[in-house]
Amino acid sequence: MFRNALSAVTRPALQQSRTVTTLSAGFPKVTQKLPTKYGGVYTVTLIPGDGIGGEITDSVKEIFEHVNAPIEWEQYDVSGVSSSGEELFKQAMQSLKRNRVGLKGILFTPISQTGHISWNVAMRQQLDIYASVVMCKSLPGFPTRHSNVDFAIIRENTEGEYSGLEHQSYPGVVESLKVSTRAKAERIARFAFDFALKNNRKKVTCVHKANIMKLGDGLFLNTFRRVAEEYKSAGIESNDMIIDNTSMQLVAKPGQFDVMVMPNLYGAIISNIGAALVGGPGIVPGCNIGRDYAVFEPGCRHVASDIMGTNRANPTAMILSAAMLLRHLGLDNIANNITSATFDVINAGEVRTADMGGAATTSEFTSAIIKKL
Amino acid sequence: MLARRSIVGVAQGAFRSAQPFRRYASSSPTAAFAGHKGSNGKYTVTLIPGDGIGPEISESVKDIYAAAEVPIEWEEVSVTPVLKAGKTVIPDIAINSVKKNTVALKGPLATPIGKGHVSLNLTLRRTFNLFANVRPCISIKGFKTPYDDVNTVLIRENTEGEYSGIEHEIVDGVVQSIKLITWDASERVARYAFHYAQASGRKRVTAVHKANIMKMSDGMFLSACRQVSKDFPDIAYDEDLLDRVCLQVVQNPQPYSNRVMVMPNLYGDILSDMCAGLIGGLGLTPSGNIGRDASIFEAVHGSAPDIAGKGLANPTALLLSSLMMLRHMNLNDHAAKIEEAALGTIAEGKTITGDLGGKASTKEYTRAIIEKLKA
Repeated sequence: MFRNALSAVTRPALQQSRTVTTLSAGFPKVTQKLPTKYGGVYTVTLIPGDGIGGEITDSVKEIFEHVNAPIEWEQYDVSGVSSSGEELFKQAMQSLKRNRVGLKGILFTPISQTGHISWNVAMRQQLDIYASVVMCKSLPGFPTRHSNVDFAIIRENTEGEYSGLEHQSYPGVVESLKVSTRAKAERIARFAFDFALKNNRKKVTCVHKANIMKLGDGLFLNTFRRVAEEYKSAGIESNDMIIDNTSMQLVAKPGQFDVMVMPNLYGAIISNIGAALVGGPGIVPGCNIGRDYAVFEPGCRHVASDIMGTNRANPTAMILSAAMLLRHLGLDNIANNITSATFDVINAGEVRTADMGGAATTSEFTSAIIKKL
Repeated sequence: MLARRSIVGVAQGAFRSAQPFRRYASSSPTAAFAGHKGSNGKYTVTLIPGDGIGPEISESVKDIYAAAEVPIEWEEVSVTPVLKAGKTVIPDIAINSVKKNTVALKGPLATPIGKGHVSLNLTLRRTFNLFANVRPCISIKGFKTPYDDVNTVLIRENTEGEYSGIEHEIVDGVVQSIKLITWDASERVARYAFHYAQASGRKRVTAVHKANIMKMSDGMFLSACRQVSKDFPDIAYDEDLLDRVCLQVVQNPQPYSNRVMVMPNLYGDILSDMCAGLIGGLGLTPSGNIGRDASIFEAVHGSAPDIAGKGLANPTALLLSSLMMLRHMNLNDHAAKIEEAALGTIAEGKTITGDLGGKASTKEYTRAIIEKLKA
């Protein structure tokens, strides 16, 4: 079903009965708590984020209003630019816990050591939205250097290099801990295989560096192989590839990948390479899924403060992520309507934002989509 | 010419790395080549042919060097591990040869997976303190890829980081792997990157990091780079997030042709192979390991046991690495001459090996280069 997110132009989504979360339907009893819904309207937490976040979420809001989507936003303008936003961030977290579904842009994270930790990461860890899903697929009508790209990146979202555990044992000597656990490796591997099954994909590739990190990535790889055995009978192939080779293969022969599953840091690298292959961070949607919560955000997590406020950002990634949100809530018709309008506009090629070689502004692009709805 | 030079500019870096910038004993960018010609008027260089296709491609390099009359005498050694006091180690004769000559050229080594002995590459790296790995990637005319304007140079810290090898399982199913970053190693590789930039005519050094997440470790790497940058006022310095660099290099590598990227170990490992992918893979990319006690230039591709001995292997990567070595030894004219012949042969496309889309054998390709040399 997920695959349809990007190809809905040609393939209307199958109308079948399903539970609330499409993504986690393969899990046993995923969530007992349903998203908040009063009078047929879902309340969804909206965190526009820093940089271009405000502009591209405005675009989503406009489109949703136009199609009369039964969504009520609970908006929190959190900003990670200074630590003073922390109180608002906490409120936004409360809201997410209430509503269980959110749409967010990217929050800025300072590089300086005195700055706060990444709130993006904190959110993923606190809500335990452990699976990041990023879809990289060549868009019809928008040729790039590679034409046959169609893969999904499943990334462990809550541990690994992002543990935040670091210390200076001696002046000039710093240790940074990467934590890998069997339990989390197993659930992300299962997620990847379930995802492959449900979306009619054939192969799952485990990306790792177990030749160097023999214990840490070794645990991830061995767990993956064990889980893979269970899915053999379902016809899902599996293989594994070292991260450096993977990035080389990706830029040379991206057609060989289908579903990829990997620890946290490699996900950051691969999703950016993947985005670059299909046309940039402006068009790649993504989401973070856990047992209880789902937060949708652009797949390539860039703040893009360089073009902030210039009305030049490409809202496609956010619009497609929002469409994923609608599917998550079972509102497939509206989602398909929005995605096909978006793809039509891109395919027609007349109205495109600067990153896609056009001259249109964010608002012009949005109005073009609205016209097609 | 600039492009050419940067393929192999490691060498000059070594030379200009003289005393004034030296702070710590370990921070000398490299032992600048101090070899002397022997009584026969030639420098002695250690040659490690390696496994698989290694001997064939080494043969090709030797033939080309002989034809070009490069004043080098090869001292061929094997690094196949031997048993010494119950441990598998590299034979002393190989270690001593590299120590004496301070320069080595190395073919691919097969590292048996899961055989319990430490990787030979790692051992060499530790033995000779090879702290910086230099990986230039330049589009090769005549070999078409989706990218035709690649000209990147990446310098990777080679001794610590995620490759520290410190890992433990705390309780069943919970593993900690330690990424180790030290000021000294960061400072040393940063300094080499600036030297390299200066020597190869690149105007900018970009430190690639993930310090928004790893604030202390990558943060310290950045502080070291920042401090070193003050000693090089003529070279611009900036910092970029790993995510952004991956994205931008793959989208459009062109802006990276005026700079040198420097980064911790794992990022360098991944990005250098990614850049190699842009120009057609590891068969076309040279690599140099710059160390305190010696410098080893090598082909980073595998030993390709499937085609070993069949005379089909492509020696280009080893040849380009050897040219980095020639420049390291200040034999720039010879390097330029051979480079022109080799790249010219590939650009013509008549006599190229199978992996490049041709039909020629290793020997035929070698002969074509030699003919160009003599023309």
